[in-house]
Amino acid sequence: MLQQIIQILPQVIIDGLTLGFVYAVVAIGYTMVYGILELINFAHGDVFMTGSFIGAAVLFFMMSVGFLSSLPSLIVFIIVMAITAIVTGLMGVGIERVAYRPLRKRNAPKLIALITSIGISFVLEDVVRFFAELKTGNYIITSPPLFNQKMTLDIHSVMPVFNKITFQSSFILVFIVTIIMLIALDIFVNRTKWGMAMRAVAQDRETASLMSINVNRVISITFFVGSALGGATGVLFMIQYGTIDPYIGFILGIKAFTAAVLGGIGNIRGAMLGGILLGLLEMFAAANLSTITHGAMGAEYKDVFAFIILILVLIFKPEGLFGKAVVEKV
Amino acid sequence: MPNEFKRHHLELNQVESFYGKIQALNGIELYIDKGEIVTLIGSNGAGKSTTLKSISGQVQPKKGTILFEGMDITKNAPHQTALLGIAQVPEGRRIFPRLTVRENLQIGAFSVKDKKVIAERMERVFSYFPRLKERLEQKGGTMSGGEQQMLAIGRALMMRPKLLMLDEPSMGLAPIIVEQIFDIIKEMNKEGMTILLVEQNAYQALQIADRGYVIQTGSIVLEGKGLELMTNQQVREAYLA
Repeated sequence: MLQQIIQILPQVIIDGLTLGFVYAVVAIGYTMVYGILELINFAHGDVFMTGSFIGAAVLFFMMSVGFLSSLPSLIVFIIVMAITAIVTGLMGVGIERVAYRPLRKRNAPKLIALITSIGISFVLEDVVRFFAELKTGNYIITSPPLFNQKMTLDIHSVMPVFNKITFQSSFILVFIVTIIMLIALDIFVNRTKWGMAMRAVAQDRETASLMSINVNRVISITFFVGSALGGATGVLFMIQYGTIDPYIGFILGIKAFTAAVLGGIGNIRGAMLGGILLGLLEMFAAANLSTITHGAMGAEYKDVFAFIILILVLIFKPEGLFGKAVVEKV
Repeated sequence: MPNEFKRHHLELNQVESFYGKIQALNGIELYIDKGEIVTLIGSNGAGKSTTLKSISGQVQPKKGTILFEGMDITKNAPHQTALLGIAQVPEGRRIFPRLTVRENLQIGAFSVKDKKVIAERMERVFSYFPRLKERLEQKGGTMSGGEQQMLAIGRALMMRPKLLMLDEPSMGLAPIIVEQIFDIIKEMNKEGMTILLVEQNAYQALQIADRGYVIQTGSIVLEGKGLELMTNQQVREAYLA
């Protein structure tokens, strides 16, 4: 049994990292907004979903005008990513302006904002579904092929304990782009002036405003960055997995949120590591559950397995793996 | 412009502020002239902090006006008031606990773009509080109460304010540290800084203040020169006993 698990381990790690990086970037959107507003922005998963559809729309448009065949795939990809990131970023800012800021002004309880975010989530799903059906007659969309060559890495001949690894060329793209996004965000938050303002607002909003920081602007920037990253990740998801529908944001959002909690909600690096860890766990479970249980449980129980791990972690470390225990303010 | 002569640096006219439905200020009247140290003393819950918060914009007055250099700032948001040159050292210091000392100071100069100016101001802060220089990379939350108070004042000085408002700087500090902090407040004032000092520690505050106001349940009940108030029978009984 152990031998079987080890054989496919490299493949599990590759697939787990792909999924994990997607979780990581989406998890950042949850954790940043939570860090600043103590709001679980449930609509974020659907911003991710909307991103994948906007990406598909741009891609289809470019196909219809012939760009897809005349331009190098990488250029097409960069254009699609950039447009999607800007549109979803602005969408995030708009959602905050229209739905959350008025509540904040009236000092509404946090629960109200939470319910609002669930409402926005439904609105996004249905709006996207409406337009998808209007344009294509079906709300499940298969994206135009991009970076879908199959590749094989024959590590079997070097290390016979392992099987060969196979993957799509899009994997490399997902891998590189998500890492770039994670590093860029880390630099933005920890090394730039507005990143510092963001951390200050997260720690003490009132005092930050006394330091001439426009708190509302910082909140807008936070939503822009989180939503732009989330939307761009939607494009990556579409390219990697091929099919999208308006409901992919729900489960993925829940899992990304879980990743954020696993890493310690509010902690950006924690969200990154939590996402990667959750992706690995999930893929490990999907690949090995049936081997471990001798066929009693199949790959479809992967979520149960991943969430049991989550519960165990939180029982022993309620603040999350990389979170700080809550300290009383002096 | 006959008013030009009478115009005060900061002026509060009949300011009324509320927390929800509870009225905290019932028409505060006070002024500060350029270069003064003015202190606002009173017991817990009298409305001292609310007065400061009304000036800085953290609490929006329902009635009355607040004029700063002749400008109406009554309805300003806190960051707008801060940009005009009013800095507040909040009660309880409110250091950003997970920012380093350096970052806490940089945040104070948030509106300044020129890095050279920021560095100059930081040096100036170090001349008042040399200890901060030794702790630049330490997280703000790991410092002692006295050091945090120094950092909070230093952070406000990074704004190079025209008016510095201090809310209970002596709170929770050892007497020797309080002594140091008050010496520095006095020194800053000598160099031209206008200061509004809110204190429960009336004795210390009145000793360094040019003028003082006594606030009771949201109204100013007494005002006068620092030394006058110190010898006032009422004040002695209520606040200096």
